Amino acid sequence: MTAVLTIEGLRAGYRTRDGFTEAVQGVDLELGAGEVLAVVGESGSGKSTLAQSVIGLLPGNGVVTGGRILLGDRDITALGGRAMDQVRGAQIGLVPQDPGVSLNPVHRVGRQIAEVLKVHRLARGEAALARAVEILASVGIPDPEVRARQYPHELSGGLRQRVLIGMALAARPPLVIADEPTSALDVTVQRVVLDHFARVIAETGTSVLFITHDLAVAADRADRIVVMQGGRIVETGHARQVLTDPQHEYTRVLLAAAPSLTGTRLIGTSPAPGERTPSGAVEREPALEVSDLVKDFPLPGRREPLRAVDAVSFTIPAGSTFALVGESGSGKSTTARMATLLERPTSGQVRIAGRDVTGLRGEALRQLRASVQVVYQNPYASLDPRFSVERIIAEPLRAFRVGSSSDRAARVAELLDQVALPASMASRRPAELSGGQRQRVAIARALALRPDLVVLDEPVSALDVSVQQQILELLVDLQTELGLSYLFISHDLAVVRQVSNTVGVMWKGRIVEAGATQALFDDPQHEYTRELLEAIPGRGAGAVP
Amino acid sequence: MSDIVTVSAAEEGNVGASGAAGAAGAEPTRGTGGRSGPAEPSLRRRAGSGAVAAFLRPGLILSVLVLLVVIGWALVPTWFTSVDPLTGVPAEKFTPPGAAHWFGTDETGRDLYARTVHGAGLSLQATVIAVAIAMFVGTTIGMVSGFVGGVVDDVLMRVVDVLLAIPGLLLSLMIVAALGFGTTKVAIAVGVAGIASFARVARGEVLRVRNAPYVEAAFASGVRWPGVLARHVLPNSAGPLVSLATLDFGTAILSVSALSFLGYGEMPPTPEWGVLISDGRNYLASAWWLTTLPGLVIVAVVLAFNRISRALSAWSGGER
Amino acid sequence: MGLYLLRRLGQAAVVLWAAFTVSFVILYMLPGDPVAIMLNPGGQATYVDPEAEAALRAELGFDKPLIEQYFTRLIAAVQGDFGTSIRTGEPVLNSLGGALPETLKLAGASLLLAITLGMALALTATFMRAKWLREALLSLPPLAISLPGFWVGLMLLQVFSFGLGWFPAFGNDGVASLVLPAITLGVPTGAVVAQVLANSLGATWRQPFVEVARAKGVSRLRTHLVHVLRNAAIPSLTIVGLIVGSSLAGAVVVETVYSRSGVGRLLQGAVAEQDIPMVQGLVLVSAVAFVVVNLLVDLTYPLVDPRITTRRRVGA
Repeated sequence: MTAVLTIEGLRAGYRTRDGFTEAVQGVDLELGAGEVLAVVGESGSGKSTLAQSVIGLLPGNGVVTGGRILLGDRDITALGGRAMDQVRGAQIGLVPQDPGVSLNPVHRVGRQIAEVLKVHRLARGEAALARAVEILASVGIPDPEVRARQYPHELSGGLRQRVLIGMALAARPPLVIADEPTSALDVTVQRVVLDHFARVIAETGTSVLFITHDLAVAADRADRIVVMQGGRIVETGHARQVLTDPQHEYTRVLLAAAPSLTGTRLIGTSPAPGERTPSGAVEREPALEVSDLVKDFPLPGRREPLRAVDAVSFTIPAGSTFALVGESGSGKSTTARMATLLERPTSGQVRIAGRDVTGLRGEALRQLRASVQVVYQNPYASLDPRFSVERIIAEPLRAFRVGSSSDRAARVAELLDQVALPASMASRRPAELSGGQRQRVAIARALALRPDLVVLDEPVSALDVSVQQQILELLVDLQTELGLSYLFISHDLAVVRQVSNTVGVMWKGRIVEAGATQALFDDPQHEYTRELLEAIPGRGAGAVP
Repeated sequence: MSDIVTVSAAEEGNVGASGAAGAAGAEPTRGTGGRSGPAEPSLRRRAGSGAVAAFLRPGLILSVLVLLVVIGWALVPTWFTSVDPLTGVPAEKFTPPGAAHWFGTDETGRDLYARTVHGAGLSLQATVIAVAIAMFVGTTIGMVSGFVGGVVDDVLMRVVDVLLAIPGLLLSLMIVAALGFGTTKVAIAVGVAGIASFARVARGEVLRVRNAPYVEAAFASGVRWPGVLARHVLPNSAGPLVSLATLDFGTAILSVSALSFLGYGEMPPTPEWGVLISDGRNYLASAWWLTTLPGLVIVAVVLAFNRISRALSAWSGGER
Repeated sequence: MGLYLLRRLGQAAVVLWAAFTVSFVILYMLPGDPVAIMLNPGGQATYVDPEAEAALRAELGFDKPLIEQYFTRLIAAVQGDFGTSIRTGEPVLNSLGGALPETLKLAGASLLLAITLGMALALTATFMRAKWLREALLSLPPLAISLPGFWVGLMLLQVFSFGLGWFPAFGNDGVASLVLPAITLGVPTGAVVAQVLANSLGATWRQPFVEVARAKGVSRLRTHLVHVLRNAAIPSLTIVGLIVGSSLAGAVVVETVYSRSGVGRLLQGAVAEQDIPMVQGLVLVSAVAFVVVNLLVDLTYPLVDPRITTRRRVGA
């Protein structure tokens, strides 16, 4: 049996003004009929360049410099123009990354699917549209006749991704490339979409090249896995084998870094400092207590406001971590902003270290900032591009006139050391740092004033998984060392499990379930929590150790 | 205030928006991220060296030279010509351009080059006044609007919208009709017409920077708002404004000369670029140089300003 | 759709009112006295009879408080009375009679030219694969915008009327007299169209859905025309609305250069004579044209982009 796709010694890269950057440096792989092959790697691994080379859609400055790409027996490496147009769609389908922006907003959904049939002369006019409706039905879209006449913006993200899957499979290509097909979707939606995808490709016997950064997703969905690093394949094997018996050092790092629901937690299983009350020790006040927090946003043109947060209450004992988990739109970020008084609650109370701070304004509020600090999600946006690292970290110190300028420089050096950055970084600008380094700078800034409470708003979700792990470890170490309390906001249950003592699950503005982390993961009570837990990739056959 | 609320409402309430934000931030490994991933460090470096390289382009050097010469004309015209722009030699009237008269002479034998050099002062002075008015008033309105927000923002921006909807030249014509004629009044008219676009850009920049997470991070670090404004908002929003100001110099030169061409500027025989062209209009068939050459000077100056504006915006964009 | 139309109509009324107010503020509240100017053109006379001045003031309604003048004029404008020229004593709308069709011809011809040129240039340039060719084509619009319109007009006259004798140098006779003015007015606006359209075409090409279309096997040309153009058209549509609105301003210069009769020429004269009511009347005419065109443009948006009428429903 010949392979559906054979790649031999492929080299590809990008011409830039500085010269040539080779992103794929000699890749060999083979994909059998009906097989699902996952290509796993972090950003810069070359996995997307590989996928784009195969389908012949490298960006303008991209070029294949060596090797061969065979589709069946046919060499498509040098195909261009019309010949390649006939291959795309008919021989190779593409399921793109972000369904929100991958459909043409001004064409009806049915027409976009029918277009595949039309350009490959498989059907025309009414027949093509009728076929589009069948395709919509086949990928599990309810009311396909209605949906076919709708525009993309009238469909939810999950439905749109199903449309895109239908589109990729419309001409029954033997090969489909799925490029991070669900990473833009919420985890519960992700699961449903991937289930449909798995069913359809099984029915049609399509081979899939599955590009992903998520080892757990790969483990769940692929027959074989190749791991890429720096433009090369470092490991190939059956999914189970790669996961249980990784051969390459990098694979082991990835595996160790992948947060999971079964691996060891970063914090000890013993109760957090706040939970135990050693006899004789003075009990510290809870770091943060919020009760009945409500936030309404007025909606233009509506009398009823949008209730983003609805009667939320929780307590963070000093020295412990409380995590708020939820999907986008659940109200978790708004809750965090109210807890730090960056947003005024509509009603409810915020107590920090036992003091009611809800009504604080002006200078009193500013003074409070010294004890409550925030680390933001996106380290590319939360650092002023014009400031040096030293100025960024020293800014809170300057604002509160802490010490002389040489004191501050010494404190910056100490903080850099605490977040494990070399002192030489002090003079750099954010643009010269990697994502992980930037987030360390942001953490150092948050620690500058020795706060008691740090709000971590999705602190690792913008980072690669191996960097994620390092930052999480740093956060846990700093907590132990400095006795910090954390409010940890995340959409990622696996991350939350690693670092938090207690968890609150948010859904539609409410906390639907809260409790000690391990207990909540072992025995979820609320329907939504169970759904969230089941949707987490990595629970399937392969199961990350 | 309302803007902060809308933004955070969008973040939490609107799946589409947070999905897009998440896609930009949360997936470093997504297609585009992976694509630019390997090239990213070099891209960053290139922005720095690119700015230097951009300033070494021949077109840009030429543009700077053109401006230096014209500014020289305006400040010390006598360094560039010793000929009196106002008195002509009747015997030499309608001399085509040549070694004696670089730009030729007009109907009374006045040297056109001398008139162009001496006209630079009046033309550039009007341009500077116009840009200063537009930039100062416009930026103030935009910054106040963006920073104060709420009702103030609504009211100011509606006014700006209306001003933007009226074509600039029409606005200038109304002001000239009300104020009367003369280069200074023309300059004021052109300046007022430019206010709205500065207000727009300034407000947009303030909002962009103001809603940037690093500004909130500064507030959360306990920095007071004057400090945030001075250290974060102003420096980060200055780039586009400087580049717009440079661009506006070109636009203002065009508008000022158009208004003087229409007869609302200085009265002849005062040399002013628009007036020179208007004067030459009567001799189009016989003395081509009278309109062509002063016009080419205007074109060169406008192109020079545009080129420099482009370099400035590339430079401030690269630094961001 | 009904609600959308209603909202746009409301906005149009507000814009007209705002244009009236702005013109009133500028023309009547800035220092500068129309009556004094009228009785003493150029400021040469040494003595002006105060009685005559007062009589004229009363006749024209300039003796009333400003706020009262504002409402009197606003109500008159709503009823279709755009004021009376203080030079000729004729209602502004009467003097439009012969001028308006000429300016409409000029505006129409130049708009046609602008859209054709702009679209052709933008579509060709962004479809080019060769970078140098693309950049060469895209460097044309900024150049065209940097040229003073009145000077370009004179250059064209010099070459094509006085030099080659192909077209008449002035007047309103027939199609031949329209060619040079239409080019003078249309080329810079075409350059704006080209710039905006090329920018949004370029930005749209970078959208993920375009890559998806290509992955379906759709050819580059079909992608360009079927998927990209329609998505990129919206900013350019807005610009077309603005261009038509500003064609009166352009007509002032072009009609002066080519000595054509028209609304622009009227305005040029009215400003030169500081005939304040006439200037305001003509500005209002221009505002009406602007509003009508933009209303038409607004109504075509939903045809181009289905998200526009339904956005509200989805956003909530």
